[in-house]
Parts: sequence; structure tokens; C-alpha cells
Amino acid sequence: MDALTIHRLHFAFTITFHYLFPQLTMGLALLILILKTMALRTGNPHYASAARFWAKIFAINFAMGVVTGIPMEFQFGTNWSRFAKSAGGVIGQTLAMEGVFSFFLESTFLGAFLFGEKRLGPKAHWFTALLVFLGSWLSGFLIVATDAWMQHPTGYAVGAHGEMILTSFWGLLLNPWLGWQYLHTMTGAVVTGSVVMAAVGAFYLLTGNHQEHGRTFVRLGVTAGIAASVVMLFPTGDGQGHNIAWNQPVTLAAMEGLFSTAQGAPLAILGQPDMDRRRLDNPLIVPRALSFLTYRNWKAEVKGLDSFPPQNWPDSVPLLYYSYHIMVGLGTIFIAVLAISAFRLWRGSLYQSRPLLWLLMMMLPFPYIANTAGWITAEVGRQPWLIYGVMRTAAGVSAQVSSGNALFTLIGFFGIYTILSILFLFLVYREIEEGPEPAAAV
Amino acid sequence: METIWFWLVACMLVAYVIFDGFDLGAGIVHFLVARTNDERRAVLGTVGPVWDGNEVWLLAAGGTLYFAFPALYASSFSGFYLPLMMVLWLLILRGTSIEFRNHVASPVWHPLWDAGFAVSSVLLAIFFGAALGNVVRGVPLDASGEFFLPLWTDWTPGKSPGILDWYTVLAGLTALAAMALHGALWVALKTAGEIEVRARRVAGLAWWGVLILVALLTVASFRIQPLLQASFTARPWGWVFPLLAVMALLAAGLMNRRLWEREAFLASSLFLAAMLVCAAFGLYPCVLPSNGDPAHSLTIANAAAAPYGLRIGLVWFIPGMLLVAVYFVYAYRSFAGKVRLEEQR
Repeated sequence: MDALTIHRLHFAFTITFHYLFPQLTMGLALLILILKTMALRTGNPHYASAARFWAKIFAINFAMGVVTGIPMEFQFGTNWSRFAKSAGGVIGQTLAMEGVFSFFLESTFLGAFLFGEKRLGPKAHWFTALLVFLGSWLSGFLIVATDAWMQHPTGYAVGAHGEMILTSFWGLLLNPWLGWQYLHTMTGAVVTGSVVMAAVGAFYLLTGNHQEHGRTFVRLGVTAGIAASVVMLFPTGDGQGHNIAWNQPVTLAAMEGLFSTAQGAPLAILGQPDMDRRRLDNPLIVPRALSFLTYRNWKAEVKGLDSFPPQNWPDSVPLLYYSYHIMVGLGTIFIAVLAISAFRLWRGSLYQSRPLLWLLMMMLPFPYIANTAGWITAEVGRQPWLIYGVMRTAAGVSAQVSSGNALFTLIGFFGIYTILSILFLFLVYREIEEGPEPAAAV
Repeated sequence: METIWFWLVACMLVAYVIFDGFDLGAGIVHFLVARTNDERRAVLGTVGPVWDGNEVWLLAAGGTLYFAFPALYASSFSGFYLPLMMVLWLLILRGTSIEFRNHVASPVWHPLWDAGFAVSSVLLAIFFGAALGNVVRGVPLDASGEFFLPLWTDWTPGKSPGILDWYTVLAGLTALAAMALHGALWVALKTAGEIEVRARRVAGLAWWGVLILVALLTVASFRIQPLLQASFTARPWGWVFPLLAVMALLAAGLMNRRLWEREAFLASSLFLAAMLVCAAFGLYPCVLPSNGDPAHSLTIANAAAAPYGLRIGLVWFIPGMLLVAVYFVYAYRSFAGKVRLEEQR
């Protein structure tokens, strides 16, 4: 394997593994805040103990997020030094702001939130939950801002030595790409948090343990989950789709598997991209739907891959196509399952419906897959550019770090992350098994 | 503007070394001061609620360094590729050791994470010292400002050095001793009884180590890096920093013996700060010297980001740091006093 491929795999592997944890903590931060608010408003200690249980899960995930997140901050310099050097004048802003504004906030008040409930009293403790929520969502904003700039660079100029120079701070932070991408990412995190909460609740109801907490978890998880998964589709998913349609039309064509330009372009639901014959095999399509979704006009022309030179195509069209379709397919299934669950919840029959509780419990891994597939869509879709339209991925790599050295550390990360995964599952399972009412406290 | 950012980044690194230094140091002396499971829990209790916030200084300093001097960040992070990756692995081991130790009560679980905490802390202190040694010694930068160092070559700081040579190993051991002293003083300050007594004794031993190693390192540094001599000759007022470092070190030793625990810890902090400022002052305006052609050295002029970005940065950085100061005052105030085991989970 050449050095470029290994450096790309290095980043892809470490970022994919890392993002398994923040997507849960960012979602849970909101749900824990809701539980703390309910505890404060009702004065019912049940909600406080529910929040305490999720805080323990949050803490394990947060620790995993921290230890796997530090390598991300380093890798811009270690593996992508040419990119880091050129783009540092711009994205250094958002990355440094993340450290100064959100990491300190999160780490300080997470400590207070986890250890200070008795000492602080209910109101101050609620406030620390709010600050943890704000810190983690601000962190998400600044990282998505960095990615949004790579997807759609704004507020910069190119200097004498080819380096990017920031020309407008607000141009960077109010990037038109950023709004939809941020909201889409954060609602995705809420979907993960909600589905995990509902799945754990369903597990308790099905096993007959911790019934009261199980009902609370299912109720909050399903309610927040249906809201978030609808917002995921519209308006945020639709908005993000328009970002891509206006600014990366070749990516849109590849995602949708549209090989030829067409008026009244069809929307492919299923099918396999055949790169040799340049067509979609076994297509299942909705006629004209792509034109409508993109331009709100059933007859509009949508450019297919044939309208763009192949060297500007994303370098793995099938991967992009599949990840996008997996994301959308799972998103649709989430809406369906959560809508039925919400309806039964409203009718008061959800807690007795074992098949539906089974379905909710089995849904646990799928938001992780959907969020990951979404990010693969975004990042593979950006290829072959590192900074869209400005810098090719191949031009950004650390040329002096040889493929052998990069493979050495990639293997190292494989090994370490395997051990971390086992450890993580073991610890989280213990917390879930122990449950929100530890034997000693009952 | 570049000079302001040079010193701001230096201050953040100083904050990192002082804050994370004591929890690294607690790890280094972990097995020396704590024998029983309860004692080890107490040592972890002295860093548990604050270590993560302390480590954020490394991330924030790294982020700020990247923002202010992108060329330095790009060049040094890729050039020091292998040791940095190992630092990442050690940080992972250390973070999980501290966080996961008390999740399971079992006689095979605790020693595992105690060892992880101690080993990673020892190695990280050596790595950080060696890293600073590499920066002071200089690296083989080419005309485009890039380099790549293997872990070791012939163990001498010549024209084709490795990350490790006798000089950088000396710097690593000095850092190990200094962190051990700093951490032992912290543990003494935050605990009571047996551990406190042992921590003071360990601090006394480490103090002698620091004294000897710092003397050796200072002589070696001036011989290896001529920039230091030039800086202190050109701006002789800079001698106040080494003087301050020596006084702080003497004070830390004396106060430890007098049982002035808080003062001893503060003196040790001052010593670490003064040592780092000495290195920064000695290299300024260089940020990464070339060990070959001096024209290839990275300086604050050729490594800095463009002026508009640096100006805008000050607008958010100063209020941001004030907020951080508020958080830290809050966190340490609510964590004041000795750690008592019965308060813990």
C-alpha cells in the first residue's frame, strides 16, 4: 500500500472510532439536562436518580471520547502536515477556540456534575448539567465549522507561498454550509442518545428489572427520538442535501448513483453501482423524484456523473453511494419505528407491547451505523479534495512520514482500540446490569 | 504580534507543565508513596477530579500553537511522528487507568490500572523532557522547513541525531525527577498520615536528583545550543530567570523539610515555570532551531500565521483565558483541603 492510502486509512479509522463516543455524549448531554430539569420542576427524586444513572454511562463514554479525541487533534500535524501548514491560518482558529472555550468548560463542570450533586444542591447541580451540555455542543460546533470550511471554504485568501490566510473571521464562523451541517450532526447525536436510552429502557421492561426507570427511559427516548429523527430528514437533511447540490454537484450525482444527466431524474432507492458499465445494476427507482427533491421541480435537469471529468469524481463512488443509502435507509426506519412507538406511548399501550419493546431494544446499534455512514458520505463525498476545490487530498499528506512508519502506528491504533472496545463494552454492560437503583441504595 | 503569541503559547505550556505535571508526578511516585489499596485510592483521589482539566492545557496549548504558528505545528508534529504517536498511546493508557480503576472492586483489577497509571506517567515525563531536549538541541530542518527523526541513531547530538541521544535522555531524566518532586509535594499537600510522610520523604530524595540533573543539563545545553549563550549575552536581564529557578528549587527543598506543604508546592511550580521560561527566552525568536544551516531554522517570523488572524485571535483568546481562570479557581476551591477516603465513591 502506498503512503497516501495508509495515511487516509489512519485518519478514517481513528476518527470513525472516536466519533462512536461523542455522538452519544452530545445526545445524552441534552437528555440528561431534560431529566435534571424534570427533577427540578417536579421535585421527584426518581428523575434525579435517572439522571445519575445516565451520568455514569456518560462518564465512561466521555473518558473514551477524550482519550480517542486527543489523537485527532494531533493527526493534522503528524499525518497531514502539508495541509496543516497551508490551512493552519484558517482552521487553527476554530481548533484553538475549541480547546479554549469548550474543553476547559466540559472538563471542569463534568467533574462538578459527577462528584458534586450532594455538595452543590439541586439548582447548582442542574446548572453544571447545563454547562456540560453547552460545552459539548459548542465543541461540536467548532469541529463541524472546521469540517464545513474544508467542504466549502469561505473567508480566506491564498497568500504568496500558497498558504491560506484568514480574511474574515465571521466568514469562517457563518459559513453558509455550516448551519445545516451542524444541525444535522447534532440531531444525529440526539437520535443516538435517544435510541440508546429507549433501548436500555426496553431492556429493563423486557427483563422485568427497574420497571419504573425503564418506563421513564422508554418514554423520554421515544419522545426525543421521534422529534430528532424527523428533524434529521426535514429540514436538516434536506438543507444539507441542498448544500451538496449547489456546491458539490458531482458528489450529489455519485451519492445518488446518477451516472447520466437527466431531466426529471429518478431517485434510486436500491441498486448497485457498476463502475465498468457506468450504470446502476438492479435499480429500484422513484421516477423524477431526485429532480423534485433537489430543485422542487419534477422536470428539472440534474447533472449526472457524465457531466464531470472523472478526475473530479469522488474516488470511491460505490462507497459513497452505499454509505449515503445506508444513512437514508436507516433514518427512514428510525422514523417508522419511533412513530409507531410514540403512537402506542400516547395510547398508553407501549410498555405492554413486547414486540415493539424488542424492536426498540434491537435498534441500539443502528444510530451508530447511520451516523457513521453519514460522516462517510460527507468525507468520501469531499474527495478527491481535502479542501474542496482548493487542495487535493494527495497534496496535504506528510510527505516525510513514510508508509512503513504510518502503517506501524496504524497497527498500533488497531490494537489499542480493540482493547479499548472490549474494556468499554465490559464497563458499560456492568453499569446497565447494575441499573439505576443499585442494591445498596434500595 | 508574533512575540505576544510566542509568550502566550509559552505561558500555556507552563500552565500545562505545572498543572498536569503534578498529576503526572503523582503517577510517578504512586507505588513509592502508597502501599495499600486504600492508600492508592487516596493518591488517585488527589488527581481524579482535576487531571482531565489539567490535560486540557496540553490540547489547548497544542491548538493555540497550531493557530499562531501553523508551520511550526506542521513541521514538528510530522517530524516527531513516532514519539508523538507513542505519547498518544501513553495518554490513552493513562486516561483509562485513572478513570477505570475504581469501576471494579477486584484484587486483579486494581493493580493492573495502578501499574498503567504509574508506567504511563513515568514514560510521559521522560518523553516530554526528551521532546523539549530535541527542540533545544535543534533538528535537521530542510529548506522547506520539514524533517523526520528516527527514534535513535548513534545516541549523540551530532548532525544526524535521533529523538533519543545522550542529551535528550538527560533532559528526559531531568523532567522525570522534576515531575516526581512536583507530584510528591502535591501528594504530601493533599493527603494525611502515612502517605503524607512517605511523600515528603520521596520529595526529599527527588529534590537531590533534580539538583544534580539540572546542573548537568544546564551545562550540556549551553554547550550544545549556542543560541542560548547568544540570547543571555544579548539580553543579560534574562539571567533573572535562571536565578529565579535556582532560588525556587532551593526554597522548595527547604520548605518541604519545614513541612510548609503549600509553599513547597508553589515553589516547585515556580521552579518549573522558570526553567521553561529559561528555555523559551534562550531560543527566542527561534521556535525550532535547525542543527545544520541556521537559515532553515523556524522562527516566530517565518512560522507565524498572517497578522489579521493573530489580531482576531487576541480578541477571543483573552476573554477565553479569563473564563478558564474562573473555572480553575472554582474547580480547585471546591477541591480544597486534604483528600479523605470516606468522601469518595
